[in-house]
Amino acid sequence: MAQEYNLAIFRGRLKFKDNRSKIWGVFIFLSILTAIEVGLGMARPEALVNTKWFQFIPILTMTPLTFIFIILTIIKAYYITWDFMHMRDEVKFLRRLIVWSAVFFIIYFVVLILLEGQYMYEVLTDGLIKFDF
Amino acid sequence: MEATVVKTRTEGTIWGGANKPLKASYGKLMLWIFLFSDSLTFTGFLVSYGLTRFRFADSWPIADEVFNHIPFLHGVEEPMIFVAFMTFLLIFSSVTMVLAVDAGARMKQNMVTFYLFLTLCGGLTFLSSQAFEWATFIKGSYGAVETTGGNILQFVDTNGDRVSVRDFALADDSPREVHAKNKGLWHVGEPATPTTVSLDQVKEGFLANDNILVRIQEKDAQGQHIILSREESKAKFFDEGVMVVEGANLIHNEYGHRLFANYFFFITGFHGFHVSIGITLLFTVFFNSIVGTYEKRKSYEMVEKVGLYWHFVDLVWVFVFTFFYLV
Repeated sequence: MAQEYNLAIFRGRLKFKDNRSKIWGVFIFLSILTAIEVGLGMARPEALVNTKWFQFIPILTMTPLTFIFIILTIIKAYYITWDFMHMRDEVKFLRRLIVWSAVFFIIYFVVLILLEGQYMYEVLTDGLIKFDF
Repeated sequence: MEATVVKTRTEGTIWGGANKPLKASYGKLMLWIFLFSDSLTFTGFLVSYGLTRFRFADSWPIADEVFNHIPFLHGVEEPMIFVAFMTFLLIFSSVTMVLAVDAGARMKQNMVTFYLFLTLCGGLTFLSSQAFEWATFIKGSYGAVETTGGNILQFVDTNGDRVSVRDFALADDSPREVHAKNKGLWHVGEPATPTTVSLDQVKEGFLANDNILVRIQEKDAQGQHIILSREESKAKFFDEGVMVVEGANLIHNEYGHRLFANYFFFITGFHGFHVSIGITLLFTVFFNSIVGTYEKRKSYEMVEKVGLYWHFVDLVWVFVFTFFYLV
């Protein structure tokens, strides 16, 4: 299988000499991201949990810390898909077929559930249960 | 016979058949589509978890207090460490899998076998770790009391440290009466996992120790569970406490809301099921690689396809880890 490998990550800024070192490089990058996530998860710094300066995303109990976790997770997912699953080397049409469809459905579903959840939360906290013993 | 051969308009065009329009083989393409649909399944589960979790955001158990066990280190309570190890392990097994695929592209049978073996080890260790998590989760740690409304009361001492129900419950030497049909409800049997202490023992233990307070599910503005005063604790416990809950099953659990254990088992169980399937596939490919099936076939593409599945399992775990343990 003579395949041409795309050996540059970070939009061409970091180029590896062969496929194997690219794999180890991506692994190191993912480990760093995981370590950051776990470190933040254990430390939970007050400044990030305090939501006072994050008013413009008032979705349920989203704190800046949660936002950082989700961003880091999406970055990890991108690199796992792109390099470990070789999406970077596939034909553009296949990439878009899988990734754009998945992203569209997932975003649609998440937004829908957030909206419905917000409504449910308001109704169920205000209206129905008189006394939760 | 050439006169009767019919040529269609599409022969020779990119979508006309007998070639690979997307440069990927049929098997690889179908696997991508399967992974796409499976990721939507997991999305459904995780989103419903998110919905429930935020509906009950002010009374959901705190993950750091529940998932703080480490195998072989009894009594050491460190949140997140073991789960971080599991995540790292799965990412590492993904790396060895990619290296196996890469070696397969260069037709190096020994390297493929070696890296597949490493991936298998990683996967099996992950499954055992998950089994350990389940076992400690089901066994429980401190025990709790359930109220008439289905909420959970946990116990702390005046310093704010958690106290185990079994520690302060008074010992009761009288033999436990086994439930019989003529001595109570005829349609109710013995509980499958009877608790080690009864509600009365806990009540008497509570009265005997003045420094025990009750901690309810509701959380204050800082996200900590509210601890009641001694008088409020006594009132809450004696008025509303109905049964002792130790550990967890699908109906109730000692950590808090009933759905917490339910979602934990379902989502990590579904993921663990996928990991088991991945291990079966890995073992098949490992065996075939040793025997030389892919050398004969002159292509290691099967290894690549199983690799795609294994990376998908890793990807899902990254999301489950974030939404269950971190957020």
